[in-house]
Amino acid sequence: MTTDETTASAAKEVTATEAAPQASAIAHALASSERPARPSALSTSVTFGWRALLKIKHVPEQLFDVTVFPVIMTLLFTYLFGGAIAGSVSAYIAYIAPGVLVQSVLFITMYTGTTLRTDIDKGVFDRFRSLPIWRPSPLVGMLLGDAVRFIVASIVTSIVCLAIGWRPAGGVVGVVLGVALLLVFAFSLGWIWTFLSLILRTPGAIMGVASFVLMPLLFGSNIFVDPATMPGWLQAWVNVNPVSDLVTGVRALMNGEQIGSELAITLGWSAALVAVFGSLTMWKYRDPR
Amino acid sequence: MAELAIETTGLVKTYGDTRAVDGIDLAIERGGVHGFLGPNGAGKTTAIRMLATLIRPDAGEARVLGYDIRTQSDEVRSRVALTGQFASVDEDLTGAENLRLIAKLYGFTPKAATRRSAELLEAFGLAEAADRQVKKYSGGMRRRIDIAASIVVTPDLLFLDEPTTGLDPRSRNEVWDIIRAMVAYGTTVMLTTQYLDEADQLADKISVIDNGKIIAEGTATELKASVGSGMLHVRVMHRADRDAAREILLRELQVDVDMPADPQALTASIEDRGRVTRALTELDAAGIGLAQFSLGQPTLDEVFLSLTGKPAEPTKEEAA
Repeated sequence: MTTDETTASAAKEVTATEAAPQASAIAHALASSERPARPSALSTSVTFGWRALLKIKHVPEQLFDVTVFPVIMTLLFTYLFGGAIAGSVSAYIAYIAPGVLVQSVLFITMYTGTTLRTDIDKGVFDRFRSLPIWRPSPLVGMLLGDAVRFIVASIVTSIVCLAIGWRPAGGVVGVVLGVALLLVFAFSLGWIWTFLSLILRTPGAIMGVASFVLMPLLFGSNIFVDPATMPGWLQAWVNVNPVSDLVTGVRALMNGEQIGSELAITLGWSAALVAVFGSLTMWKYRDPR
Repeated sequence: MAELAIETTGLVKTYGDTRAVDGIDLAIERGGVHGFLGPNGAGKTTAIRMLATLIRPDAGEARVLGYDIRTQSDEVRSRVALTGQFASVDEDLTGAENLRLIAKLYGFTPKAATRRSAELLEAFGLAEAADRQVKKYSGGMRRRIDIAASIVVTPDLLFLDEPTTGLDPRSRNEVWDIIRAMVAYGTTVMLTTQYLDEADQLADKISVIDNGKIIAEGTATELKASVGSGMLHVRVMHRADRDAAREILLRELQVDVDMPADPQALTASIEDRGRVTRALTELDAAGIGLAQFSLGQPTLDEVFLSLTGKPAEPTKEEAA
């Protein structure tokens, strides 16, 4: 039997079963393809955001960290420190609620890095990188999708805080503005993790380094206590820590106070993070591994 | 359409001390299938990833469909598609969602994206699995959705990186049929494979690659001819007779006679088939019994062996 006969009989056998590819239909599909105009950077980024939402739909477990984690954080820190720091939970909640919100969301940002690393390892990123699209859009879209996760975490944390007696003076508007400022910073911080995920090889390594970066940022800040009680060297760090400015700003917005220079400082840090780590990410993205 | 599909000179990619691709020169014409054949770690994937603009070469020049892969990578990307070695679709999404995602990224309207997705799923026999997550697909289905994703917008050049690795024979035949259908339409396909029979079946021209270098190039027939017009395999009845048998064959065939690992076997690449009959008669006259003998076209296994001095698929050699 010649090779041609072998293939012909194999093809016959294949078409006899129902779910087999059809050569003629494939040829037709190739011929009928259109080539639309190249979409805008915004459009492809939003499409990648849509992908992130589809993933949440199919794997709802990935919302576990943005729902359970903030609840535990809030309850733990409020009841653990409330009495010691402010005398009672009700006195502490106005101080801690905006702080714990910032902490929950910023902590969750590091999953951006591990998710990206998993994507790269699975090969789906090769596909995205081989498409004729604005190059950062898969990453921007991913961070946009993460914004949804951050919003869920913010809502969950706010509800828990409200349930245990938080009554923000800034009202709904103040809380929403505070969360908005937090999201801007979280989006910018995300570029550090995207960069890490392109230079480190495993999700575990990314988690390790990310925790190492996040610990001093989150705990060496004014999230839990007033820095006035801290030793001088620690105060010096807390004062230059961008998270402290962010927390002060979010607190002011939520408590209905006038926000000061923190707004400009936070936005400045955000811009700097995107400029530095966004560029590093895109530089590495051209030639990963 | 005058320019070549792929043209490279001195392409190099280094990882640490390893020169994964060590100076590759290619001139591949448009149309048909070009096979990139080599064992694991030969540099096939690295070469293809450079040509598809996924990684940047450390040295050398390359033009794909006439566009420079360094300075015109966007032009290259809008004309080529890549199906990677591992599933290059999102396993968490359904087949239909994956195709709609790709279509939207190419600029299809949501409605057109849905239409294109349905058309491709139907053509690739995946209509029933359209709303199932890709991670629940079988290996063959996964490979089909992968290829379907590569032709959402018909590419001029398609890179297929080991498209049938790990597939069962039926799925493999299906993928082969898909590749043939695309070639019939006029798409140029660049295929990497470590399966010699796959290159033999599909590729019009083959580049044999080993240790980052191209060690031979030509059609399957040309590569086989380079080993001689055919291979004679002889197995003597008693292993003690092998040396005596080799002497006779050396004398009668006037070519080198190899002694493979099998202690009863002898192989020789033949230039003149007429001498074979005589040699066998001489063996008979010398009272050397043969368990079996065969004369055939050399397989690409043997081509690889003669080119590199080591078998491409050691397990297959042992089995033979």
